[in-house]
Amino acid sequence: MTLERPSTVAFEDGDADDATVAEAALKRRTTAHARVHLLRAGGLLAALGVLVLCVLLSIAVGAKSIPIGTVWNALWGFDASYDHSVIIDLRLPRTVLGLFVGASLGLAGALMQALTRNPLADPGILGINAGASAAVVTAIFAFGLTSVNAYVWFAFAGAGAAAVLVYFLGSRGRTGATPVRLALAGTAVAAVLQGLVYGVFVVDDFVFDQVRFWQVGSLVGRDLDIFLKIVPFLAAGIAVALLLGPALNAIALGEDLAAALGAHINRTRTATAVAIVLLCGGATAAAGPIAFVGLTVPHVARAVTGPDQRWVLPYSAVLAAILLVGADTLGRVVLPNGELEVGIVTALIGAPVFIALVRRKRMAQL
Amino acid sequence: MTATLPESERQEARPSRPARTVRLGGDRMSFRVRPRMAAVYGSLLLATVAVFTTSLMVGDYRISLPDVLLALGGRGERLDVFFVQGVRLPRAWTAVLVGAGLGAAGAVFQSLSRNPLGSPDIIGFTGGAATGAVLTILVLGGGMLATSFGAVIGGVATAVLVYLLALKKGVQGYRLILVGIGINAMLMAARDYLLTRADLTEAMAAQVWMIGSLNGRDWGQVIAVAVGVAVLLPVVLALGPRLRLMEMGEDTAHALGVPTQATQVIALITASALTGVAIAVAGPVGFIALAAPQLARRLARADGTTLFGAALMGAFLLVIADLAAQRILAPTQLPVGVLTAIIGGGYLIWLLHREWRTGRA
Repeated sequence: MTLERPSTVAFEDGDADDATVAEAALKRRTTAHARVHLLRAGGLLAALGVLVLCVLLSIAVGAKSIPIGTVWNALWGFDASYDHSVIIDLRLPRTVLGLFVGASLGLAGALMQALTRNPLADPGILGINAGASAAVVTAIFAFGLTSVNAYVWFAFAGAGAAAVLVYFLGSRGRTGATPVRLALAGTAVAAVLQGLVYGVFVVDDFVFDQVRFWQVGSLVGRDLDIFLKIVPFLAAGIAVALLLGPALNAIALGEDLAAALGAHINRTRTATAVAIVLLCGGATAAAGPIAFVGLTVPHVARAVTGPDQRWVLPYSAVLAAILLVGADTLGRVVLPNGELEVGIVTALIGAPVFIALVRRKRMAQL
Repeated sequence: MTATLPESERQEARPSRPARTVRLGGDRMSFRVRPRMAAVYGSLLLATVAVFTTSLMVGDYRISLPDVLLALGGRGERLDVFFVQGVRLPRAWTAVLVGAGLGAAGAVFQSLSRNPLGSPDIIGFTGGAATGAVLTILVLGGGMLATSFGAVIGGVATAVLVYLLALKKGVQGYRLILVGIGINAMLMAARDYLLTRADLTEAMAAQVWMIGSLNGRDWGQVIAVAVGVAVLLPVVLALGPRLRLMEMGEDTAHALGVPTQATQVIALITASALTGVAIAVAGPVGFIALAAPQLARRLARADGTTLFGAALMGAFLLVIADLAAQRILAPTQLPVGVLTAIIGGGYLIWLLHREWRTGRA
């Protein structure tokens, strides 16, 4: 569904001269539109190019320096040597995971901001991070689970449960899940869960010790089979998200107008909510609650593309993937020994860029 | 920006009874009194006094009400006087003052950002204060006083930095929020880094500070926060009418003769200072600044931000939360921030649920 403004309406009652002027204006506008679309498509392709570069760097660069030729050979013919194992067993899964987690976080943020029409919406505000944290804390506190692989599903279930609770609470009554209701419900639910988590921290410092590392957000030590279990959820979420652009464009017009134009508001909201749960739940389960990416990348995307969701969504996915894979690679080499978690690096390199952009451009509003 | 207080959430469509206008001194001073608002504020005040008094009585050492009253006057048994005057009274006063400060400041921030989620952290104040304190605890190994200093310096520095970065031919609310988010993300990353690299005991101390706690507050701290609140709260309350006009849109307010830019700056400075005073004493106690204005507005069915109601509600929430934090797992003393989140959040959930289920909103 396209929603271009009907530019000729104003001229319908005019005389012939006006009609000609209107036609010329419409023609100019159409070519301008085509040019903008071409520009946006080009920009997206360029961003994809940068992403490919980041992926290659992420495979090639690490604590152990491996000659680029060996890297190349490992990708095409695995010979079970130590160097090849590092590439294939460690860096490749980590890179692909980063790719999926990044794209998921970017898309989830864009969807949330579109759904709640709140520029501050992020997994934190809709209670999803708090739900994941609470579930992980429960897993450690009550069941004594200590490895990331053991509490992955708790994180996923917690994120999903919190999102469902928030959506259920926000959609009670006649008007359904309006933007501010969702945000308020999310904040309230997040506060309660966070309070419980803090309470456990104070009573049991073993749990705190475990969770403080998970909470930073990292791609380290996630092995291949966990990754393979989570990727289908992320892929499904990404697919649903990318299809939602036109419907979200309609909702952006305001509920009454969207309904008058025949948009299915509740269906769109439900589909968006499902996609958000899949994306955020999966990403948080895989990498821990990574702040900042979902919140700010969509702002950058909108600054580039304007408010059209059909462009905002793919741009958000690609830009967020670049940020995450790039940050993860940088985090491996920036410290003389040890590495910096990806959640820390995304904030440290992403925030200055974001602030510069906020200062330079007038951000596209929701 | 569409994240404004939405029409659908406003309550003026159903005022229970028409407001009466009260005039004093001829027509020079007049204000409108709503019966419901007066009743709600009166009950809140009574409830606060009741909880305050209860918090002087209960504890591992119980004191009966008559003995509390005696001890307040300095008479009664020495142990009673010690517990009431030396331990429980300063703590309860800290709770009331910090709560009132956070509630009023939260209302100002929500009004300025026209966003119910706009709490002091939108200008980076909370994040900066927390990072300053964590740095002081983990890197410099500072005690309570040094930590407070670290918090205030961190908070003010961050707020100034955010303001300057957002400054470009005036400060636009939207840009301020986004810059605040960016700076906050960096501060949070720094904090997380410090927490993962510190040893467990120190990380725990920093964590407790970040949750917000009133354990072991004494008269020195009460005086500090009392002076701050006594100076700043009246300024904030006086800004109320202008802020309410500005909620209708800056252009409208400007046309009505409100100096919008100046009001914005003064409101930001006083609300930040109020938050700073509160945070220095209690740590960044969560959720009071966010929940108190929302709860007060909904209970009083007010048609906009009510600064006085928010302050009252903040005070009430913090005393009752602190009482619960002391007793619920006694003798383990929970940091009050745990309870403000659970009580405030739970209450907000219940209120939203009730309001939305009946379809009134």
